[in-house]
Amino acid sequence: MTAIVANSRQERWWNSRTAHRFMNHHLALIGMVMIAILTLACVLGPYLLPYDSLYIDLRARFAPPFTGHHYLGTDPLGRDLAARLFMAGRVSLLVGFSAMLLSTLIGTLVGVVAGYRGGWLGTTLMRTVDGFLSFPSIFLVLALAAALKPSPMMITVVIAATSWMEVARIVEAEVRSLREREFVQAGRMLGLSGTHIMFREILPNAVGPIIVAATLTVARAILMEAYISFLGYGIQPPLPSWGNMLNGAQQYLGTAPWLAIIPGAAITIAVTSFNFIGDGLRDALDVRGDHS
Amino acid sequence: MRGFLLNRLSQSLVLLLIVSVIGFVVLNLIPGGPLAQFGLDPSMTQDDLNRLKEQLGLNRPLWMQYLDWAWRLVQGDWGHSFRDGAPVLDVIGRHLVATLLLMGSSTVIAIAIGTWIGIRGATHRYSVFDYLATVGAMVALSIPTFWFGLLGIYVFSLRLGWLPAGNMYTIGDGSALNYLHHLIMPSIVLALVHVAIWSRYMRTATLDVISQEFVKTARAKGLSERRILMKHVVGNALLPMITLAGMQLPSVLTGALVTETVFTWPGMGRLFLDSLGYSDYPVVMGLLMFSAILVVLCNLIADIVVAIIDPRIRLS
Repeated sequence: MTAIVANSRQERWWNSRTAHRFMNHHLALIGMVMIAILTLACVLGPYLLPYDSLYIDLRARFAPPFTGHHYLGTDPLGRDLAARLFMAGRVSLLVGFSAMLLSTLIGTLVGVVAGYRGGWLGTTLMRTVDGFLSFPSIFLVLALAAALKPSPMMITVVIAATSWMEVARIVEAEVRSLREREFVQAGRMLGLSGTHIMFREILPNAVGPIIVAATLTVARAILMEAYISFLGYGIQPPLPSWGNMLNGAQQYLGTAPWLAIIPGAAITIAVTSFNFIGDGLRDALDVRGDHS
Repeated sequence: MRGFLLNRLSQSLVLLLIVSVIGFVVLNLIPGGPLAQFGLDPSMTQDDLNRLKEQLGLNRPLWMQYLDWAWRLVQGDWGHSFRDGAPVLDVIGRHLVATLLLMGSSTVIAIAIGTWIGIRGATHRYSVFDYLATVGAMVALSIPTFWFGLLGIYVFSLRLGWLPAGNMYTIGDGSALNYLHHLIMPSIVLALVHVAIWSRYMRTATLDVISQEFVKTARAKGLSERRILMKHVVGNALLPMITLAGMQLPSVLTGALVTETVFTWPGMGRLFLDSLGYSDYPVVMGLLMFSAILVVLCNLIADIVVAIIDPRIRLS
């Protein structure tokens, strides 16, 4: 008897099967470690480097990596690339993460309402999802970003406004399948309000798929920010982002290839890590993905 | 079949309606809305703008403006480019072939390589090849297309000098071989992401088919593994890929825009960016609506093709 009690007391989240499965997923662990390193570097890096990300030094233009204290070289204005990379990382990761929060919020709201209410409201909402998915996302993002004031906040909102559909679809399907279960009917008979049943009773059961989708959304949001900033409609200089650091890199490809290689590698590492983590979470939380 | 067609057609019509509403909202989010062109013209005073608004009916209720706009869209009157006054549909038409060429060749590459990787991964499940393909696909999905293009230009144009760094042909040389030479790198760059997606789906589809009863029957009949794979598995596994090809179109178009920018390829994506730079909103809006309509139509065609091949779908 005491053994059982002790056992149940020891049942902490890090001992759960889910946590075990996640820890056994090597790629996910690699992803976690890489994101941790990247985040730490972006938070602490700028304090440890001798140069400011905006300090212009025309005598040190186009210095290749490992010139003096310029570990990653300098850009066409002689600004330290390492310092810029870390500052840019703060912006890119923050935009990616905030866009994920916002789009998950929108997607969950739309999905829960569409899945629980169903009927003409549900149909209209899900058709709107289909409608948004019919646009090539970058066309929509660019048109909106060019039309609106390109502050980091607005970029985040625009990216979120064009990436909530996936979550909405997943949540809608989940909620629709849970709607007729006994515990929901019990809730209805107890006279609970629709909002209470939707968000307090049904939604907690759909948390797994939402977390997986949200992780993958971070990856996609970082990529989208990189795309539009590269094209000149995202984060505006002098504020650096991984995407806009690549903006002028093409013309110096022959003489200063590190300008293109380094920020692109940072984007690839960050996005790959989030995709690895998402994959690990999908296995650990036993979420049936649409492929793999 | 008739019931299926009618049902699917009406779905597409509803979708087009919603797409047009989203497009109309975007149009009105642009500062100055449909009159954005004249907002910055110094020879126009606010009074002129207000009078124009009255004349063009822009102070009517939004739903009336929407009906007006949508009706003109249906009639093929998509407005005129601010840059040269040419009808928007003509401008798009001039850039369509280049984009279709790029998308077509990269889709062929993606299907060929992706199908092969997917089938091999499924038949050699949990092998080193399968593991590398899985990890490789996730990395490929994470590489920004434009960066992959820049790396390609750096290695194959600047260092090795094997492939041209941009444009669709060398001026003065219009031979097919010259076009092909320019086409190689952009289509491979655009194909990368879709090789990854295609191989993942193909692996799942092949695994689904392999576990079916008729494959067991074929084995029981004593057919060779190779014959089973070629005759019974691949054909059935490719069927859902037709739907996938339609679903992937928006992402192919997104990739095409970026690829065209890096390789100065004179297609729709390049046109979109140029038009944004000139604030040429009729063309921007035209391309936005054109690409969405293209996506809806291609998905419709993909579904109909699948239904023609597979009787299970049109009967259910």
